[in-house]
Amino acid sequence: MGRCTKSIIACHECDLLHQRQSLPVGGTARCVRCGAALYRHRQNSLDRVLALTVAGLILFIIANIYPFLTFRLEAQIQQTNLMTGIIELYNQGMWIIAGVVLITTIVMPLLQLSGMLFILVPIKLQRRPWKLALLFRTVRSFRPWGMTEVFMIGILVAVVKLVKMASIIPGTALYAFMILIFVLAASAVALDPHIVWKKLD
Amino acid sequence: MPVNPSSPTAMSVSLISCHSCHQLSKVAPSDKTRAVFCPRCGARLHSRKPNSIARTWALVIAAFIFYIPANVLPITTVISLGKAQSDTIMSGVIYFVKSGSWPIALVIFVASIFVPLMKLFLLTFLLISVQRKSQWRPKDRTRLYRITEAVGRWSMTDIYVVTILVALVKLGSLATIEAGPGAVFFAGVVIITIYAAMSFDPRLIWDAQESNNER
Repeated sequence: MGRCTKSIIACHECDLLHQRQSLPVGGTARCVRCGAALYRHRQNSLDRVLALTVAGLILFIIANIYPFLTFRLEAQIQQTNLMTGIIELYNQGMWIIAGVVLITTIVMPLLQLSGMLFILVPIKLQRRPWKLALLFRTVRSFRPWGMTEVFMIGILVAVVKLVKMASIIPGTALYAFMILIFVLAASAVALDPHIVWKKLD
Repeated sequence: MPVNPSSPTAMSVSLISCHSCHQLSKVAPSDKTRAVFCPRCGARLHSRKPNSIARTWALVIAAFIFYIPANVLPITTVISLGKAQSDTIMSGVIYFVKSGSWPIALVIFVASIFVPLMKLFLLTFLLISVQRKSQWRPKDRTRLYRITEAVGRWSMTDIYVVTILVALVKLGSLATIEAGPGAVFFAGVVIITIYAAMSFDPRLIWDAQESNNER
């Protein structure tokens, strides 16, 4: 096979070799044996991901500085932001859980977004990004650990649980966080990682 | 489009697919004993995930063990007017059923009890089937593996519920909610099962099919 290996791809789930073919816009190539998604073709992939990344970073900042949820029981008002629960868990001695929540809802989305910004801005400026291989490899390996969408379900359940005993007022940060989930999902769908890897060739 | 039906896999023609950038690299037989790195992205190359079966077994067993305290110990304690009431995952589900919030009860039951157990049983089944070199429906078993990979993260829901409750209910002596030790074990179950799914290599399901074809 020797020199033509660039046009061949092995299925990452069953190892079957496939010849790369040009796909229609929006198409995804699947393994003929096990059905795993092999590669895809996205229109303006990097432009879209860059736009979504910038939007995501702005939403991330809003989600972290504005009030998240406010709990009101008669005269008592408890206003929280995204970090409040994490700090409170830490104060209760539950530092493991505090760490898990911090990493999965704040650190990983931030690293994901800022990592993509560091990769995509230089590419747009026709420059080679700094430490591209290491950076993109790291960003890709962080993917399973960003769990913003799961956090949203957690908020929903907690609010239903409390809504009978007190009033819960959603804050600006909650709305920003909800939009952030869709932005992150859209950016994951828009990315064609092969384009970035090809910059290393 | 498959390249060559008679020698179908990367491993059978001494190629290794990079797990990170999917570039194929030729490996010399002498490379089998030392570490090889992807010439394009620099990731460590492995033809199959290293010690996949042993690692996955270890993580699955650890998760089964953690599953017990996660369900027996309280995940939250509500302290209201001097009285403390502890809740386990299951008593939380029962509370929602009794108060008529069926959909929420279902969400917690599925995310916290059903999904982790299903994942562990599926991984156990996949491990045993691979060790027995089973020929049974490799495509469906790969699908089962994809399910275990995709659903694991949703189990984190209960940990986030606890986080929000702890943040919001801080009314001094009137009502305070504290996280319980069960939550630590439960977070352990979720993280260990995610690692277990990652360390399992679905290509082992297909390797058994090939060794059969050669015979």
